Amino acid sequence: MKRWLPLVVFLVLVGFFAKGLFLNPREVPSPFIGKAAPAFTLPLVGNANASFSPADMKGKVWVLNVWAPWCVSCRQEHGVLMMLSSSQSVPIVGLNWKDKQREAEQLLAQHGSPYAAVPDDLTGKVGIDYGVTGTPETYLIDQAGIVRMKHVGPISPDVWKEKFEPKLKELGA
Amino acid sequence: MIPELGHFSLIVALLLALTQAILPLIGAQRGNLTLMAVARPAAQGQFVFVTIAFACLAYSFLTNDFSVENVASNSFSQLPEIYRLTATWGSHEGSLLLWVVILGFWTTAVSVFSRHLPDDMVARVLGVMGLISVGFIAFLLTTSNPFDRLLPAAMDGRDMNPLLQDWGMIIHPPMLYMGYVGFAVAFAFAIAALLSGRLDAAWARWSRPWTTVAWAFLTFGIMLGSWWAYRELGWGGWWFWDPTENASFMPWLAGTALIHSLAVTEKRGAFKAWTVLLALVAFSLSLLGTFLVRSGVLSSVHAFATDPARGAFILGFLVIVIGGSLALYAWRAPKMLSGGSFTWFSREALLLGNNVVLLAALGSVLLGTLYPLLIDALGMGKISVGPPYFNAVFVPLMAPALFLMGIGPLARWKGDSLPGMVVRLKWALVISVATGILLPLTLNGFNPWATFGFAISVWILLTVLIGFRERLKHGGRMGTLPRAFWGMQLAHLGMAVGVAGITLVANYQEERDVRMNVGDHTELAGYTFTFLGTTEHKGPNYRAARGTVEVSKNGKKLFVMHPEKRIYNASGMPMTEAAIDPDFFRDVYVALGEPLDEEARSWAVRVFHKPFINWLWFGAVMMVVGGFLAASDRRYRIAVKAAARSGAVAQGV
Amino acid sequence: MKSLLFSLLLALSLPAWAGEAAPVGEDPAIEQRMIKLSEELRCLVCQNESLAGSHAELAEDLRQEIRVQMKAGKNDKEVIDYLTTRYGDFVLYRPPFKPLTFLLWLGPLLFLAIGGGIWFATLKKRRALKDIPVDEKQLAAAAHLLEDNK
Repeated sequence: MKRWLPLVVFLVLVGFFAKGLFLNPREVPSPFIGKAAPAFTLPLVGNANASFSPADMKGKVWVLNVWAPWCVSCRQEHGVLMMLSSSQSVPIVGLNWKDKQREAEQLLAQHGSPYAAVPDDLTGKVGIDYGVTGTPETYLIDQAGIVRMKHVGPISPDVWKEKFEPKLKELGA
Repeated sequence: MIPELGHFSLIVALLLALTQAILPLIGAQRGNLTLMAVARPAAQGQFVFVTIAFACLAYSFLTNDFSVENVASNSFSQLPEIYRLTATWGSHEGSLLLWVVILGFWTTAVSVFSRHLPDDMVARVLGVMGLISVGFIAFLLTTSNPFDRLLPAAMDGRDMNPLLQDWGMIIHPPMLYMGYVGFAVAFAFAIAALLSGRLDAAWARWSRPWTTVAWAFLTFGIMLGSWWAYRELGWGGWWFWDPTENASFMPWLAGTALIHSLAVTEKRGAFKAWTVLLALVAFSLSLLGTFLVRSGVLSSVHAFATDPARGAFILGFLVIVIGGSLALYAWRAPKMLSGGSFTWFSREALLLGNNVVLLAALGSVLLGTLYPLLIDALGMGKISVGPPYFNAVFVPLMAPALFLMGIGPLARWKGDSLPGMVVRLKWALVISVATGILLPLTLNGFNPWATFGFAISVWILLTVLIGFRERLKHGGRMGTLPRAFWGMQLAHLGMAVGVAGITLVANYQEERDVRMNVGDHTELAGYTFTFLGTTEHKGPNYRAARGTVEVSKNGKKLFVMHPEKRIYNASGMPMTEAAIDPDFFRDVYVALGEPLDEEARSWAVRVFHKPFINWLWFGAVMMVVGGFLAASDRRYRIAVKAAARSGAVAQGV
Repeated sequence: MKSLLFSLLLALSLPAWAGEAAPVGEDPAIEQRMIKLSEELRCLVCQNESLAGSHAELAEDLRQEIRVQMKAGKNDKEVIDYLTTRYGDFVLYRPPFKPLTFLLWLGPLLFLAIGGGIWFATLKKRRALKDIPVDEKQLAAAAHLLEDNK
């Protein structure tokens, strides 16, 4: 019977490989799902006297969009976010990540801002605290400040409809 | 025109491969000589046409034909000519075409050097290799056509990845493929044995030299890859247990077990089922490697641009070839009965022990490589398995195999005496252990890893010398010792040299990471490194900041090194080109980090002293030469000559 | 001639006022610790590189963060926890030993044990095999052949 073993082992591996073809080895789930969104206090872009902190959003369901002026995919996403900010009520907070050239203020003035607030993460430390590895990345945070979902990559209308809307409904937003 | 000619040649090659696969296999099953005789001409014809296709692709690269998609994606007009040529196999499509050409080459070689084999065996071997060719050529034509046109043609190419613009690119892939693909010969011989139900010592004698040569090429290919990585990637590391590296190492481990198992099957008619299974497994791992690096299921520095559609095709091909062969094995293996008894302390038993250890090591590498995929596929998250795991697991596993390497060649077949062996080896054991314990103490102090490495290297060296002494004592002379014996000793010695090199460099490497202004100096391992600044330098397809570092010892200037920081014109990709001063006893390695100020007068510089690192590559080369020596042993050549004579007579009838 | 003399003097005097190069890391001991730890961590924006060797910006940021943590007195385990809290186990090249990875870490031992079992079983079978009795005539013929081939 052990002569069938190599074939059996192989077929089991094939099963895994077949599944693997549909997976992306680089797509890493966030360890914050179900945990409290890390606290921070950052000055706002264009207004260093004011600040933003996740505690400010307690009681509301909101979205934290990590972006940067130098990020090409974020430009793509910008139009979608503009549409979303005017067509629905969930506030979008734009974390300006590692904007060394200080371009965010001008960019938003030029193209419009979909954001309720734009905290300025110049050093990228808050990004690290959130496990950010690149832009754009978006977190969905609930009324109690718990991270419910993370999306890596630009948000398209399809992504919003299929990934975000069901979750928002669940949370009663 | 030329690309279309290449495309057409590939189609003709596919038709010939189909002929080569189907007719002879049917012929062998039915005993039909005419159908079996189709194998040789079909195989040789197929080789001619895949070579034409390859030449057409190479021509397109050499003449900068950017209307060919593959050329536009992988080449650049300013690319030096030699790299424009190697770009032919720098992409997924091109490297697969190289695979197919090399398979054609091995097939043709078998068709020429097989006059002494029975017709049905030749028909089956060439037929099976034809099936594999069919799979790969079909894959090329359907999903990975290297001759796809880009219309309108690009003005210029997107350039070759700077990491590939190196010496290593010229020989590493061809040698690696000679090895990978060479195992297809052993695979085909195994299938032929299973189909015919005949598996005897003669079969082992026929397949052994082919397998050994393939193994030698694979050893060479892996060594070249490691050497290239050392020079081009990272900070002088030479093995990262990256999935692609593992994809080549696993067939090597299986191949090593196979050549040792073949020894037993040839000499004693034992382990037949094991040998057949190992032959199937070695080539299956080659195919698996092809799947892993081209399908996107694993993340690797080395992965080709991935595409799940291609992955699916290869997976289907794997199921047919590997699944089919393992099913055939399960069905027919019990029919192969092995003869001969042997005691627990005999060369057979020690070789079996060696194979058990090699396969356990192979299993571990496979497990570590696939584990992230397994966990992800089961929906249990994402983890990484990297060098810390492999180093922790592999080194202890290999230890018994390296120890047995000393005893196995000295043990008698069928049964030897353990007390007798202890007497023969007691001094070798004492000296090895003593060296292992004392040497680190004279260097840097107590170091268990270094102790182990030194002890094993000295052990293998001494047992090789004992092997010579005992052979000569029993009435041999150096000149009359068979090549197979020389090959084995040289290969084992090469292993010892490699292990010694690894032990020394891993435990005694020194480095310094410093900020250097013009005129600053730093000291390492007795050398003084003085940074003399950088100059702007233009290469054929890049701009570079070229550093000058003067190396001196005790005030005497020894040599100058020129590490570079390059930016490639077409892609804008930066690359660090380390400067290396090689020597039999050490490498001095200098790499530029980042410039520390705007004018780039001050730089972060990393200097290394790597003792005996060249022993790694040198040891590997000894193994390669040993393999070729063993394969050219008299008894294989006599068999060919005798068969050529009798074959000529038989044909005449 | 004068300019040659001048440049010679300049070259000779260079070592006098150029200094011993300072190490890149402000604190060499921390630097060494950081590199050793980073070699076991994954660069998250690379295809498959360690945090120690990668040139990527995020890798540099994380290496700097590790330096800061170590200077603040954190030990290796605490730094690892800091990173896995934020990035998950994916960032570790040495998989932690927990139920999820039992098979991974114990697998090699298992393979060796199974192999050992096969070794013993094969040997037991072999010893029990009766040898094929040798035909005296075959033995003589073999001796004859050996003589011929000498």
